[in-house]
Amino acid sequence: MYETIPADQLNTVGKKSGRVDAYEKVTGHAPYVSDMIMQGMLYAAVKQSPHARARIVKIDTKKAKALPGVRAVVTGEELQYRLGLYVVDKDILAKTEVRHFGEAVAAVAADSPLIAQKAIKLIEVEYEVLEPVLHPLKALEKDAPLVHPALGDYSYMEAAFTPVPGTNIANHTKIRKGDVEKAFAQAEWIIERQYTNPSVQHVPMETHVAIVRWQPNDEVTIWSSAQSPYTLRNLFCTAMKLPHRNVRVIVPYVGGGFGGKAGIGIEPLVAVLSRLAGGRPVKLMATREQEFSLLPCRSQLTYRIKTGIAADGKIVGQHMTMYWDAGAYADYAVNVTRASAYSAAGPYEIPNAWVDAYTIYTNKPFGTAYRGFGHVEFHWGIERHMDLVAKVIGMDPVEFRRKNTLKPGSHTLTGELIRTSTGSIDKCLDAACKSINYGKLTKAEKDRQKRTGMKIGKGVACFHKAPAMPPFTATAVILKMNEDGTVTANLTLTDYGQGSYTAIAQIIAERLGFPLERVKVAFDCDTDRDPYDWQTVASKGLILSGNAAILAAEDLLACAYDTASQALRCNKIDLAHDADKIYIKHHPESAVTFRQMAVGYAFPNGNGIGGPIIGVGRYIAQGLSHLDKATGQGNPALDWTYGAHGMIIEVNEKTGEYNILKVGSAFDVGKVVNPDSVRGQAIGGMMQGLGTAVCEGYIYDKEGHLLNPSFTDNKIPTAVDMPLEIECMVVETPQIDGPYGARGVGEHPMIGVAAALGNALQQSTGAEITHMPMRYEDVWRAIRHIEPVDNWITKSPFGSCKSSPQMQGHHPELG
Amino acid sequence: MKITVTINGQKYQRDVQESQTLLGFLRADVGLTGTKGGCGAGECGACTVIMNGEAVNSCLVLAVEADGATLQTIEGETVKGKLSPVQDAFARHHAVQCGFCTPGMIMTVKDLLARNPKPSRDEVIHGIEGNFCRCTGYQQIIEAVLDATGQLKESDKEGLKYV
Ligand code: FES
Ligand code: FES
Repeated sequence: MYETIPADQLNTVGKKSGRVDAYEKVTGHAPYVSDMIMQGMLYAAVKQSPHARARIVKIDTKKAKALPGVRAVVTGEELQYRLGLYVVDKDILAKTEVRHFGEAVAAVAADSPLIAQKAIKLIEVEYEVLEPVLHPLKALEKDAPLVHPALGDYSYMEAAFTPVPGTNIANHTKIRKGDVEKAFAQAEWIIERQYTNPSVQHVPMETHVAIVRWQPNDEVTIWSSAQSPYTLRNLFCTAMKLPHRNVRVIVPYVGGGFGGKAGIGIEPLVAVLSRLAGGRPVKLMATREQEFSLLPCRSQLTYRIKTGIAADGKIVGQHMTMYWDAGAYADYAVNVTRASAYSAAGPYEIPNAWVDAYTIYTNKPFGTAYRGFGHVEFHWGIERHMDLVAKVIGMDPVEFRRKNTLKPGSHTLTGELIRTSTGSIDKCLDAACKSINYGKLTKAEKDRQKRTGMKIGKGVACFHKAPAMPPFTATAVILKMNEDGTVTANLTLTDYGQGSYTAIAQIIAERLGFPLERVKVAFDCDTDRDPYDWQTVASKGLILSGNAAILAAEDLLACAYDTASQALRCNKIDLAHDADKIYIKHHPESAVTFRQMAVGYAFPNGNGIGGPIIGVGRYIAQGLSHLDKATGQGNPALDWTYGAHGMIIEVNEKTGEYNILKVGSAFDVGKVVNPDSVRGQAIGGMMQGLGTAVCEGYIYDKEGHLLNPSFTDNKIPTAVDMPLEIECMVVETPQIDGPYGARGVGEHPMIGVAAALGNALQQSTGAEITHMPMRYEDVWRAIRHIEPVDNWITKSPFGSCKSSPQMQGHHPELG
Repeated sequence: MKITVTINGQKYQRDVQESQTLLGFLRADVGLTGTKGGCGAGECGACTVIMNGEAVNSCLVLAVEADGATLQTIEGETVKGKLSPVQDAFARHHAVQCGFCTPGMIMTVKDLLARNPKPSRDEVIHGIEGNFCRCTGYQQIIEAVLDATGQLKESDKEGLKYV
């Protein structure tokens, strides 16, 4: 739809420019919800369950209510609302049963945070502790306790999901392509293995925070650190049975999200407290500990892959089973399951494929969207699998990949045809290999080995991802010209750090032919004022909002040309414009400036025409479809962003310690809009991926208590954890329907990082690690083929990794 | 208890609760919300301010301990609306994404540069080790610090590579 323009004819897109929000942020002036204080505001606190599964026998709130300064106390029994993004399965506060450690059972609002904390301690809850179901595979067993016995009564989004009542299965997604059994029968090798990863936490630096004012006339204002103002409003109104016009969601600056703030979180609870307190605004800011258990995490995955390979190294068939641990509520996990199922094979052509992907309820904190939306987790499996398969069939892992990558003419698991314009995984793979000198050691590396006594290894991993979104996902941008000819854009795609607003401003400036300084993208999304956007997720913002921005700019110009043609008394077709004015092409001295027309043009005698210049751009994803529920066939992908990471590491084989020497990553971004933003996403995402690869993860005891809900016990990378060298590369295969050819790359840098590390470790030491994170002790164990200690559910927090698969040895194919 | 502190050159006198942290005091009592809280446990560095010439985690300091102290927060870094060299470099190098770690990070860098005006890349890394940034992956922050101190080599500047 949007022709690509040669790079040398672009003025703003593709050029370096600072972030539009930099000044506010480096000065500390940018207002976040956590900074806001309202007149008469109360502070909320939450009573959380100390058990993974228990019946609530009694809650006594008398003492809390009697505490001076307490203005509202609420328990689940008083609230008749159920929430759910795709499966409506969650009460605002647990009612008769708590389903995970840290679940909210009661809440208070008080004059100060201190009083609220005191009141929480005074609430007495009597529990009857029940046996929790913690492991997703155990939850599938016949006699497993049901996390949601009433699953069959819940409403859910039927076009996309399939819950199985009477089980713990919140959703079962199927993909069927070709004939897998026949392919296996003809295969030279059949290799089956299993890969796992634990839950992890997003760790936005600003924890979840909301202020809600629910006035007695049922008009509600929500200030929230939410990523998706409209989805928040929609879910809120549906749960509370309020007309949408009554509810206003305002999102100012947000201190990071990574998917964890994508849906609805603490807002309904804060809202009911405000209503109980007579409409006073109530604020709740989650503590860091609460981020880990009150709020959702990323789901744990067990991924089993069985691959049939022909004598020439071509994959002929693949059977894939994903067990997604949803935790106690379905939230985004059902959609993570669906999106992962249709991308499950990675960027490879699988002529015959069979995928069963299950979302499984357990008694643990629930999973939600997290940067990559399942792709970090299953690419860990698929990309480790590629190396393990290559090892068995005696082929170089990169050569094996090259043989099987998706190429123009290939079909994806859902039957979508790959075209040249889809992008090139091969180019990304080549760039990553070149960046690390794949397959050999340089002289410097050999010298380094001698010097350090450590062994250098190199590994690569490929990946792909399409936005996971409804096929009819829509957005809009409104562009208003100000009196001085500058323009202000309104949209509800939020920018919580990704740099979207800078890119949108560049796109608008490019299309208008204005300098970037003349374009402002307004912060503070407000559902009462700004046009609709579905959600800020899925790396779809650049394409959808970028296109809407182009359309808004075109509409604004059309509006200005209308006025100009009257002011200059000429045909519109004869007009052209520069940054300041619209003029008659063949009489350029006949011109009218944007400033003269911005809020309506006045003739010398005072007659006015035109009115304020405004542009509206509406955009909806084109040509996508639901997936057939029985076969998974259909067209779900707005675009595919391909990429590859190459990694160089050095390992001490005696201790399992390792250092990351270099990461070289390449992404086919279609068209770079802002090089520094792309690089920022690339490095930030890679480091976040490295965190989950090296050290992050939830550890539970056998009763389902989360043992490490803090930065002390759940480390995230700091500057000292950086690779010694980072190289970021881009391939530009223009996306035909992308703005100036661009496609999204916000999530992608995080995908495949763990697998590249695992592959490099295997290449240097032979260690066949199939569980992430890969801590030094896990590497040490794997090098020695020491049976793993499966204590991600453990009695003690020591040693928490499983470094070789249960499947190993059970399968004769593995030898 | 009544305390007197000098913040960014201005004197403030306030009554504070004994349990109030310096972070809470700055944000709630004084209304300087540039300083952020990310953990309240001395782990993340978001709350870093400069107290009597040294960077501290303000979530670990009690307001009463700051009685008589001279403090500098992010709000004092900009003089007459003009960004300091470090702020300016952060802005130019995209060393800022969500911005929540930024005020604490800049205070830490300021402290580092006060002790070591031309830190090497390695010294920068160790200098900011106590400050979490979940967004940037630190690389552009390091480049900003090296640039602010006039040390960014041309070879470091190539950034994104087109292949
Ligand atoms: S808030 Fe002080 S170190 Fe995290
Ligand atoms: S910019 Fe978001 S945490 Fe550093």
